Amino acid sequence: MRIPLRSAATLGMAATCAAALAGCAATTSDTTSTASRSTAATASSTPSAAATFPMTVKAGNGAVTIKAEPTRIVSLSPTATEDLYQVGAGSQVVAVDSDSNYPADAPKTSLSGLTPNIEAIAKYNPSLVIASQNSGGLVAGLTKLGIPVLIEPAVTTLGGAYAQIEQVGQVTGHAAQAASLTASMKRQILASVAKAGDDHRGLSYYWELSANPYYSVTSATFVGQVVALFGLTNIADKADKPADGGYPELTQEYIVTAKPQVIFLADNEATDGGQTPAIVAKRPGWSGIPAVQGHEVIGLNDDVASRWGPRLPQLVAEIARAVEQAAQQPAS
Amino acid sequence: MRRRIALVAAAVFLIVAVLVAAFVGAADLNPLATAAALLHLPSSLDPLDRAVLFQIRLPRVVLGALVGGLLALAGAGYQGVFRNPLVDSGMLGASAGAGLGATLAIVYLGGTGPGTVPVAAFVGSLAGVAAAYATGTAASRHTVLGDGVATLLLAGIAVGSFLTAVQTFVLQRSASDIAAVYNWLLGSLSAASWQQVTTILPYAAVSSIAILLHGRHLDVLSVGDEEARTLGLRPGVTRAVVVAASALAAASAVAVSGLIGFVGIVIPHVARRLAGPSYTSVLPLSMLLGAGFLVLADTLARTVLSPAELPIGVVTALVGAPAFVWVLRGTSHVGT
Repeated sequence: MRIPLRSAATLGMAATCAAALAGCAATTSDTTSTASRSTAATASSTPSAAATFPMTVKAGNGAVTIKAEPTRIVSLSPTATEDLYQVGAGSQVVAVDSDSNYPADAPKTSLSGLTPNIEAIAKYNPSLVIASQNSGGLVAGLTKLGIPVLIEPAVTTLGGAYAQIEQVGQVTGHAAQAASLTASMKRQILASVAKAGDDHRGLSYYWELSANPYYSVTSATFVGQVVALFGLTNIADKADKPADGGYPELTQEYIVTAKPQVIFLADNEATDGGQTPAIVAKRPGWSGIPAVQGHEVIGLNDDVASRWGPRLPQLVAEIARAVEQAAQQPAS
Repeated sequence: MRRRIALVAAAVFLIVAVLVAAFVGAADLNPLATAAALLHLPSSLDPLDRAVLFQIRLPRVVLGALVGGLLALAGAGYQGVFRNPLVDSGMLGASAGAGLGATLAIVYLGGTGPGTVPVAAFVGSLAGVAAAYATGTAASRHTVLGDGVATLLLAGIAVGSFLTAVQTFVLQRSASDIAAVYNWLLGSLSAASWQQVTTILPYAAVSSIAILLHGRHLDVLSVGDEEARTLGLRPGVTRAVVVAASALAAASAVAVSGLIGFVGIVIPHVARRLAGPSYTSVLPLSMLLGAGFLVLADTLARTVLSPAELPIGVVTALVGAPAFVWVLRGTSHVGT
């Protein structure tokens, strides 16, 4: 479930996509300076203030005006679905895409965020559509129907992730909940990082997106930055080249000789490659890797590890547990 | 004489390719220590480096040689059987069937375990060819296209399109698997292991021997079905045997490497250019050249951007296409 970035990276398009969209989400509170100055003021006012519609926000697809508090929301992005429910807008959601598997009670449909069908979306008579990418003419099509659509693309920084959650809160009339959610996320993440201590700094890690071929992430990516909170060194950084957009394909030879001390598997679950720590240990030639010898191969929750939503503290906690353990291993 | 020189040259090419491939890689192993380890002499390689050499690099080189040889040989076999220089190892629904098999395995079985996708691709590839062959043979009884060859090829195109459509349909319904499926379709030797080598070796041996034994038959067949018949050959039987053997060869290769293009169509032409059009030399030469070519291509794939890796299909086409054009220069006897 890491679709957008990974498939794009595979097709060699991630550079454009990531670079172009990176900044967008981070600028949530920079409301547009156009037409209605009053709405702009409202939108960027303190989170505790009651939301006033219409409001104009700046999303991945530019300035979007939302006329009234949306009561029929369609989410085509698993991250946005998590955002919506966690900021308290769950009751306004009428349909989510086929990949939105969290929370379990979200109204999952066969709608697709990758190959969206405008008619199928319109059938839900949405007052707001949120997606992570503008594929298949989504924005143009919905705009023709007068349906406002927000593109909330994959972020590249933690700040971007918080800003996106706050924007989702803002446009759904739950700005205050969103603000306290992000505040709590920040607290939890800081606590995890603090609790892990300092002994692990400098440990090297390999983050596996897929096996055969072996795709990884560099420190420039979102997950790379999340791991960097702990001061670990990323073995994929040496393989970075612009065309990969931070998602290089590594040779096995390199992975093994780089001797990573921790391995994170984001292709761990059965539906997603099924590369469990046990399978990794059995790969020919891998038994000598310090991470394998020290049992520091961590099977992550693949969904949490590929989204940039409210469950980030959970990902950070998983990483924290791993590095705490690894730091206790004798130096190799 | 010319063909003997060509065969020796191709064998030398393969050996050089294998040696180069064994000595370079992202791991930057010391060449002297590597040589010592390869010769089972005392070597300064530490256990991890030895594991890299013997369990990661060498199986990949050997698998590359096998896959390249099989693809080129299957391509040459098909070109002979169909008397058509544009045919390659993925014809007759072979690639499309393998693609569908792999997609089904990835989407519905999660692609788990090392065995699922290769087996599915292998079965899919053979099933694709069987379907195309059955359809084509049935249709050729009512055809207006002269002999059965064209009908068979057209049936292959129809079956291939159909299977690809099914594959695309399945994939569209499971967008989260697009990356995994694309990676497979691009072809790769990145997960090569001795286990893969030993798994395909029996199929590779049987199919290669069967094809290689039919060089003379293919030469006779090249004059046309009627003429071949007067020379005592049963074209239908020869065709069935060579198609079956080529399908088996291609399916074994595809099962462990995904869809690697270019080798199956181009290498036989290089072989013809070197040693003339007789299939008694084109077949063995294609096998040697294909093996050497893919080993070199894979070496580039894993070293050019080291420690990152390029999809091997990119290398085979990027390096192979210009080389092929150069080979074609002034070639008058391309074709059958």
